[in-house]
Order: sequence, then structure tokens, then C-alpha cells
Amino acid sequence: MNAYDSLIKDLAPKKFGKTGKLWVGFLLLIIFGALACYVIQLRTGLIITDMRDYALWGIYISNFVFFVAISLVGSLITAILRLSGAKWSTPLTRIAEIIAVAAIIMAGLTIIIDMGRPERLFNLFIHGRLQSPIIWDVVVITTYLVISILLLYYPLLPDFAILKRHFNNNPKMQKWYGKLSLKWTGTITQQKLKNKSIRILSIMIIPVAFGIHTVTAWLFATTYRPGWDSSNFGPYFIAGAFVAGAGGVITVMYILRRAYHLEAYITAKHFDKMGKLLVLLCLIYLYFNINEYLVPAYKNTVEESAHLQGLFVGQYAPLFWLVIVGGLILPIIVLVFPKGRKPIPVFIVGLIVVIGAWWKRYLIVTPTLLHPFLPIQGVPESWHHYFPSLMEWIITFGTLASALLIITLLVRYLPVIPIHETAMEQGILDADKTTKQ
Amino acid sequence: MQENDSNSRRNFLDKGLKIGLLAAVGGAAAKALGPENKETSVGEETIELMSTDGTLIQVPMSEVMEVPSLKDENYNVRKGYPNLKFVMVVDLARCKNAKQCQSACNKSHYITGDDAWLKIYKMQESESTAPYWQPTLCQHCDKPPCVKVCPVDATFKRQDGLVLIDADRCIGCRFCMAACPYSTRVFNWAEPKQGEMSEITMDMEHLHYSPDYAGMPSQKGTVDKCDFCPHMVDKGELPHCVSACPNGVFFFGDAYEDTVTNGDETFRLSKLLKDKAGYRLMESLGTEPSVYYLPPSNRLVDFEEGMTNYDEFKSVDKSDE
Ligand code: SF4
Repeated sequence: MNAYDSLIKDLAPKKFGKTGKLWVGFLLLIIFGALACYVIQLRTGLIITDMRDYALWGIYISNFVFFVAISLVGSLITAILRLSGAKWSTPLTRIAEIIAVAAIIMAGLTIIIDMGRPERLFNLFIHGRLQSPIIWDVVVITTYLVISILLLYYPLLPDFAILKRHFNNNPKMQKWYGKLSLKWTGTITQQKLKNKSIRILSIMIIPVAFGIHTVTAWLFATTYRPGWDSSNFGPYFIAGAFVAGAGGVITVMYILRRAYHLEAYITAKHFDKMGKLLVLLCLIYLYFNINEYLVPAYKNTVEESAHLQGLFVGQYAPLFWLVIVGGLILPIIVLVFPKGRKPIPVFIVGLIVVIGAWWKRYLIVTPTLLHPFLPIQGVPESWHHYFPSLMEWIITFGTLASALLIITLLVRYLPVIPIHETAMEQGILDADKTTKQ
Repeated sequence: MQENDSNSRRNFLDKGLKIGLLAAVGGAAAKALGPENKETSVGEETIELMSTDGTLIQVPMSEVMEVPSLKDENYNVRKGYPNLKFVMVVDLARCKNAKQCQSACNKSHYITGDDAWLKIYKMQESESTAPYWQPTLCQHCDKPPCVKVCPVDATFKRQDGLVLIDADRCIGCRFCMAACPYSTRVFNWAEPKQGEMSEITMDMEHLHYSPDYAGMPSQKGTVDKCDFCPHMVDKGELPHCVSACPNGVFFFGDAYEDTVTNGDETFRLSKLLKDKAGYRLMESLGTEPSVYYLPPSNRLVDFEEGMTNYDEFKSVDKSDE
């Protein structure tokens, strides 16, 4: 067997083992639980959440922001790194695109879960008003979804052709991969067209990615509320999104490397590089955080100070400091040292960063809402606080499980490491195999 | 309920509302002000009216016509009344948290949630300044932040100044609530328990759901708020809170006509605001509310009196449920 054949054998999608099946079963269990809760929510209304007139948005929204944030990694790894010629990221591009597609799909669905009248979704198209940042979000998220899917798909074309031949003993798989490969034979024209399309998409996706997260930040920043009323919000959200997304890629690449024994393709070097990248991103994000909190704290207006006190020393303080230290300062400290950039510590830090990023969004959404301009009066005591109800948690976990399920299924049927590209880079591409029918 | 309605209607005439407002509102009543009507036969009951140039005149009761419905065939609920601009003035010096406005509002809009549309806030700017009661309802801003952010045009601004919600169109995103700095919007988190009352009333009055009568009926998963009671104005009556207040705190009227009334007294809006140093809430935000406040100075009432009525956690009394 030559190098090329063993490469294909290594990277071709494989059936789930026992762990894989258990994992899918586990995810499905959560998703069904969430669906059941969502049916109850549809029937009885959002009353099943802990949201009320003051805490009018809760974890559905912060979870939505989290998904949008994670999805930005697609543009970071596939577009920014690709365009800047960072060759080392090739094996990670597909993982990043898979995460991006899963996250942006779930972002769209999560926002529907938050709606009081989901059955009127079509009103957005019939009566949509361009003045509303929600409409901007709808437009830009759909655009991003389309570009992300294409950016996942185009580089797959040669891989599908390869897989079609690889599965010559499995007619069903062969048929599907054949169809998906769109008659790819690897001619010069096809290559040129593919490369050009990917290049155009890579350039296009950057402003669109900045767009989705900036607009998502504007959902908050266009209101008057202390804690949201900030011109720093767009870049602050984008910086945070790259941190979250890099953490996500690190986590997923570590798990895939273990599960599929990809040590030869996702090497210690990749963890080292991703570790360095994460330090850089965390530093940028830290800078925006300092801007975001220090300037209003310095001015200390009545409204801002009530909000900031809650975060710094008040009821949100433990969570706030945990997120800042764990999700931002710890990664910087651990990852600046070469020892900290070994696969295992990088993975652990990446996971903490993702969890921290989720709670960070909670801290952006909730405390502000509980500090309105007029005092909270005339409503039940329980409305003065917010902590998600059990059903709200289950539904939210359902969306997270769905994202993981999409990732898992894509991993099951797509080569997670681009075969064609890797072969090209290693100079072992067997031209015959891609061009022959 | 029907009885209540006619009651308030009678009250409202008994109190001798200055038809100045109605003239502005209806146009029809203005006929009573024509020169040929100025002579009154002796002994006939008269009513004091404010003419369009601001002078008070006596007009015989017989000459005062009931104002026909303002809604003509050209009426468009999204556009509103063409030559009107609704305003309200809330005189904080008179408020002692009697809460009649709130219960009248809750009752007539069938508010069954836990958050009233009209709330009387216990306010105190700083420790060294006096506390006061501040009735707060939708400010019907001329630059409404809620309207700006609504993705489906469910909440809209009319030319007569009203900000209304089309509950048939609202998708329940609650962006408007996040955008409103006055916290006046409430959400129907569950199916509203309005029961048959709203239905019966709707049947009796042959009403269909319309954004100009909020709460008739309320819908699960949509936003509600004060609608400034255009359905009352349409009948030639004042909004429920205005007529219910025993202390005459609320003045309602038309900015074009420059007149506001609380049912007992009628004022020139511009003069009132000048004399009493009227202001609007959070003027610096640029929302340009239609509700003005008169500062709580020279108060006739003791702030403490209101404390007996004060309930930090309840704005909707559900005791008769
Ligand atoms: S909750 Fe309804 S009225 Fe408010 S912004 Fe959303 S769609 Fe518009």
C-alpha cells in the first residue's frame, strides 16, 4: 500500500464504534427531553422559563449569542488563516467549518425558541422592517449560513470523488459520495474553478462574519441600558467570539484526534500553534474587557455603578471573576509557556474557555436587564432575580446537544481532515486516482 | 361592566368636562360654539366651555351635542386621527398613591398578569430630597425606541401620537421591552386569564380585536402596554386612569388644541407647563415623550399617606379572582 492509499484509509469516514453509538444515544436522549419541554413551552407559553417582564431575555438569548460567537471560528480558521497563508492550519479547516455550520444552524433555531410566537416567524419576511437590528441579524445569519455551507462543501468535492472510489464495496455510500462529488474528476478547469470559488468565499465570509457578530452585539448596544449602551460592543463581541471559537476547535480537534487516532495528522505542533493563537486572542479580548468595564467604572454614573457593583462585588461577583480568571487570564498564563502548549493542557484550557465563554454571555445579558432605569416595583419578589428554570436548562442543553449531534454526524460522513489537500501538501497526491473515472 | 361604563360616562358629564377638549377631539361639539348659540335663555342649564381661542364661554346644555364616534370611514388604526396629537400631564404634587388609576386601568383592560401597565413608583432622587409618588404609563414617545427596534412593525407610531401594538402581528421577541427605558411594556408569559369577561364585553360592544383597544383580548406570547385609551376618546370620554383619579392627577388632551383636562379643570397645556415647570422623563435620551410631569412641589398631600396603599410586589390586585 502506498502512502496515498494509507492516507485515504486513515482519513476516510468510519462507522461509529461502541463509544460513538453511546455518544449519539446520549445526545438524542437530551434532545428528546428538550423537545418534550419545548412542546410544553409551546402550549403553556414562556411562563415555563424563569424569564419575566424585567429579566425579559435569559439563557435562550445568551445561548444564541454563544452559538453565533462559536460559529465565527469558521471564518477565523478557514478564511483568515487560509488567506494569510498559514499552511499549518490545513488539517483544522474542516473541523472549523463543521463547527461553524453546526453552530450557525443552532443559532438560528435557538432564537426561534426564544420567540413568544414562533408560528409567526414568517411575519419577519412579510412585514420585516429594515430599521430593526433583528432584521439585519436575519439577513446576515442566513448569508453566513449559506457561505459557511459552501465553504465546507467546495473543498470537499475532490474528497467526495476520492471517497466514491474508496467505498467501491459499498454501493450505497458510493452512490451518495458520487452524487455529492458533482462529477468531480480533477481537471485543470475544475481545480481552477474550485480554488477560485474558495478564495472568493474566504474573502466574502470575513465581512459577513464580522457582520453577524457585530449585529448580534447591536441587539444590545442599540438600547439605552447600562452595560449594553456601549460603542465598544461590536469589536468586544468579535474578540470574544474568536476566543470562544478557538477554544471550540481545540476541544473538538483533541477529541477527534483521540477517537480516530489522528495523531499523525493533528500533531503536537497543531496544539502548540492553536495555544499560541489562543493567547493572542485572549490578550485582545482582555483588552476589550478592560475597556468595557474600566471606563464606565471610572465615570461611575448611578446607573452604571449599580450594574458594575453587581458584577464586581455583588451577586454576580463569583461567576464574573470565575469567567474572567478562568476564561481569560488562566489561558494566557498557562499557554505562554511551551509546557502549557502540550495537547492535554491545551485541551483542558480550551474546554474551560468554551464553558467560560458560555457563562460570559449569560453575564452580558442578564445583570443589565435587572438594572432598569426606573426601580423594579409592583411585581412579585421572584421577578427581581433570574435563574433559568429546569425546563429552560433542558431546552438549552437540547440545543447544545443538537449542535454536538450535527458535528458528530458530519464527522461520521465527512473526512475530518481534508484528504485531497493533505495529500497535495505532502506531495503524495496520486494524480491517477483523482482524475480517473 | 356595562353598568360601570355608563357610570363613568355620567360622572364625566356630571363633572362638567370642558368640551374644549371634545371640540378638539370631535369637531362636532364645536358647532355649539357658533355665534348664534351664544345667547342663552334664562334658567336654562349651561355648561362652561373653552372656545378655540382660549376664552371660557357659557353654552346652554341643549346646544351641546353628543359627539359622534371619531372613527369615520377613513379611519385607519395604524394612522390614527388626522388632526389630533394626544398629550398627558401628570401632576405629581397631587398624587398620594390612591391607586384608583391603576385599578381602573387593570379592570378595563382586563389585566390579569402580575405587572400592571400603569404603575405608581415610589421615587426619591437622593437622600436629601423628598420622596414622591410617580404614576408611570407608556410615555407614547414621539421618537419611540420600541417602534424603532420592532422587526415586524407590530408596534407602531400613529400621527396622533399614539404608540400601539398589533398583538395579531407581534412575534414575541421582546426587543421592544429591552429598548424601552421606562419599563412600561409587559409580556403575556402565559395564556392570559381574562376569562369570559373580556369576551362578553367584546360581544356586547361588537368589538373585534383592534390595536386601539389593548387587552381586548390579550394574547399569549405577545407584548401589552398602555394604549392611551383611544377607544374612550372615541366615545368622547377620558382615559380610565384620568377619570378614576380622585385627586385629579392626570390631565389629558390635545397638543394642537393646547388644552388638557382632568375632567374638573381645564388648562392651556403650554401655560401649565410653563407655570409649573413641567418636564418629561429622561429627556436626555431624546425619546420625546407625550407625557409631561409637573414637579411634586407645594404638595397638598403628605407622601406618607400613600404608604398605607403601597405594595412593593403587587400592581395587579387579583383578590376577586
Ligand atoms: S415583542 Fe412584538 S411588538 Fe415587541 S419588538 Fe417584538 S414583535 Fe415588535
